Amino acid sequence: MLGSLAFVLAVNYKQMELYHSLPFFCYLLGRCFKQGLRGRGLFLLVKIGVTVLVTFALCWFPFLADPGQTAQVLHRLFPVARGLFEDKVANTWCSLNVLLKIKTILSSDTQLYLSLAATLLAVLPSSIKLLTKPTLWQFKLALVNSSLAFFLFSFQVHEKSILLPALPVCLLLSDLPLPAIWFLQTSVFSMLPLFLKDGLFVPYAVTSSAFLFYSVYLLSAPQHSSEKPSRLKPYSRLDLDRLARWTFYLSVAAMAGLSFTSVALAPPASLPDLFPLLVAVFSFLHFLGLLLYFNVVQITEPPSPRRRNPKKTE
Amino acid sequence: MAAPTADSWSWFPALALGVSFLKCLMINSYHSTDFEVHRNWLAITHSLPVSKWYHENTSEWTLDYPPLFAWFEYGLSHVAQHFDKEMLVVQNLGYASPATVLFQRLSVIVTDVVFIFAVRECCRSVRDKSSKDQLGRPSFILAVLLLWNYGLLIVDHIHFQYNGFLCGILLLSVARHLQGRHLEGALLFAVLLNLKHIYLYIAPAYGIFLLRSYCFTKDNTYGSVRWSSLSLFRLIALGSIVISVCALSFGPFIVMGQLPQVLSRLFPFKRGLCHAYWAPNIWALYNVVDKALSVLGLRLRLLEKLPTASMTGGLVQEFQHSVLPSVSPSVTLICTLVSILPAVLSVWCRPRGARGFLRCLVICALCSFMFGWHVHEKAILMAILPLSILAVESKEDARIFLMLATTGHYSLFPLLFTEAETPSKILLLLLFTLYSITSLNNLYRGFMLNTPEVIYLLGLIALEITCEVVYPLLPWKRTLPFVPLMMKSVYCSLGVSYSFIRLYLSILRSADRTDKPKQL
Repeated sequence: MLGSLAFVLAVNYKQMELYHSLPFFCYLLGRCFKQGLRGRGLFLLVKIGVTVLVTFALCWFPFLADPGQTAQVLHRLFPVARGLFEDKVANTWCSLNVLLKIKTILSSDTQLYLSLAATLLAVLPSSIKLLTKPTLWQFKLALVNSSLAFFLFSFQVHEKSILLPALPVCLLLSDLPLPAIWFLQTSVFSMLPLFLKDGLFVPYAVTSSAFLFYSVYLLSAPQHSSEKPSRLKPYSRLDLDRLARWTFYLSVAAMAGLSFTSVALAPPASLPDLFPLLVAVFSFLHFLGLLLYFNVVQITEPPSPRRRNPKKTE
Repeated sequence: MAAPTADSWSWFPALALGVSFLKCLMINSYHSTDFEVHRNWLAITHSLPVSKWYHENTSEWTLDYPPLFAWFEYGLSHVAQHFDKEMLVVQNLGYASPATVLFQRLSVIVTDVVFIFAVRECCRSVRDKSSKDQLGRPSFILAVLLLWNYGLLIVDHIHFQYNGFLCGILLLSVARHLQGRHLEGALLFAVLLNLKHIYLYIAPAYGIFLLRSYCFTKDNTYGSVRWSSLSLFRLIALGSIVISVCALSFGPFIVMGQLPQVLSRLFPFKRGLCHAYWAPNIWALYNVVDKALSVLGLRLRLLEKLPTASMTGGLVQEFQHSVLPSVSPSVTLICTLVSILPAVLSVWCRPRGARGFLRCLVICALCSFMFGWHVHEKAILMAILPLSILAVESKEDARIFLMLATTGHYSLFPLLFTEAETPSKILLLLLFTLYSITSLNNLYRGFMLNTPEVIYLLGLIALEITCEVVYPLLPWKRTLPFVPLMMKSVYCSLGVSYSFIRLYLSILRSADRTDKPKQL
């Protein structure tokens, strides 16, 4: 209950937290279902529901008096009039825009519905899996999957929103070190155009290098990328370890190269946005790949949990 | 979490890289006039012929380091021209373009490689207790205390100087002596002297140690000198090393007949007894006592008028004391020589090998800090860094180190007076102090500091709050603006004097013990 209270407060603090709302919803609902829909399960559901509604009411109290006010607040929170994307974001619509100019082909309403449909479709598998198997591990993976899917397919996404998937990925650092470090490195790289605008290239270079060095040194990540057989059973037979490691090194080298060229070289006159676009598309491809990977990890976990230490969470 | 255990030295690159990353983050912070000094020297050595180097005075920051450092700057200037050619023009006074700042900062960070290598050598020479705990070993603690030394970070990478490079050569020379490679140690020290002549203050330690323990190969039963065992070969080898290095460095200037000019640039005695921000030494206490007596004398009608308070104006100029006798450069020199005499004599009479030499070196550095003419606060680093080596080996030295390091580092605060640097300087000092206290406590399994020392160190916090927060709110800020600096300087000089006395007593006490003297 305290968890749901805290989450409602988080959502009312910044509406971006809605990216994480589906996993919370599915997890709590799943736990209620597990305890049976009669008796304890229903009681739990009612308790959580009441907490959520009361907290919402308290936060929105001054604005609920007048329905016009409520509508205005919602209108400001979700600016659908702004368009599918702004600037160069590492997301599907921006990358797709390189090939076909979506912004001009489709009307703004169609764009809205398209992004809504794509987001829901991307989030569906992970949410259903979480609903049927509400464990903490599934919950962490679902947080990652859901927020990453929202980032990639949603409306009016800012580059900074990559921090929303990055946070749950940090929770996965000890279990899946290599993908987690890869994701975190890419997320900082995707914000490079923002840093250049603020004149922060040196701190970016230093902190990225330091993070890479220390995470590899302390976690010995590449060696442990397939060390947890219980989590990644399907893959222990294939020799993906060396391939994964080398792809990781190549990817980091490409990121370093692109960072330096963004700073050192001037783009050709006909393509003034070349470097931010390259950064965005490169990061997008990584995020898409990692989304697929995390989804596969979540979904292919065996349905009947046979854990050594069953944790009771309330 | 799998910490690396197989390779027992893998933590060293991690520490070195970590501190280098931290240094890179400080690239755009405040830099002092020393930045312009070094830019000027790059310009002089690059654009002018050698004969003009020590005559050039377009800028007020004339070349006042020995010739080897000038050659070092000359080498750097060849790299500098690829960053920004404008910085190498002598007339561009105060030039500080982003490329210039980047180059100069990177040059300090890159030359710190010498320091990192020296620290590695020192860690290898230290007596390591075999323990399973990586982080509790003396070599690890020494590496952190040296690599992440607060004073070096502040003075080199924010205030801007090349101390890491120079102290690296000093520590490397010390490490060579600890390892028994004395000729290399002597060569390194000769090079160091020709890079920065302030190290002349510790030359007596080197001279006496090498003469006594290296040139005289055997000792009598009770440790006194056996005059017959003088090895002329070794003496001549040492002498030729020192002379050839000096010849290489000063040679061109002697040939051109410029030696007097060079020497006058190197030893400028026109500056005042104390630096603008008083270093916490004996003369700071002397000044304060003088001032207090003069104020008292005025109140009690013993003096007619209050003499001009030029020493407290914060300017670097000659002045006269009002009540106590004035101090001239020769007086300070005599005081310094008198103070190092007992330590040097104890090395001569009761040599205790390389570690006794190291102790004597620290004493000489501290004596020069306490009694020297126009001492800069940065000079405390010359004592703190070698003392770190002793601190991880002996409990008594660790206690002295904690007091001296904390007080000395705190006294560096006035060097960084900008607001942006204030949080960094305070937090870094806390980090370093807390680490040194906890790691040394763990190493010697006991609490290192006794109650008066703890009270003194906590008093530093109170002092800082008073000076930064309370004092600006008081009405005296405009009429007596120097008071916070004076308070800090006096308070720190108490701590430094205390450490000095304890260190001296420890060397005299250890000389009394009849131990088997070390042969080399």
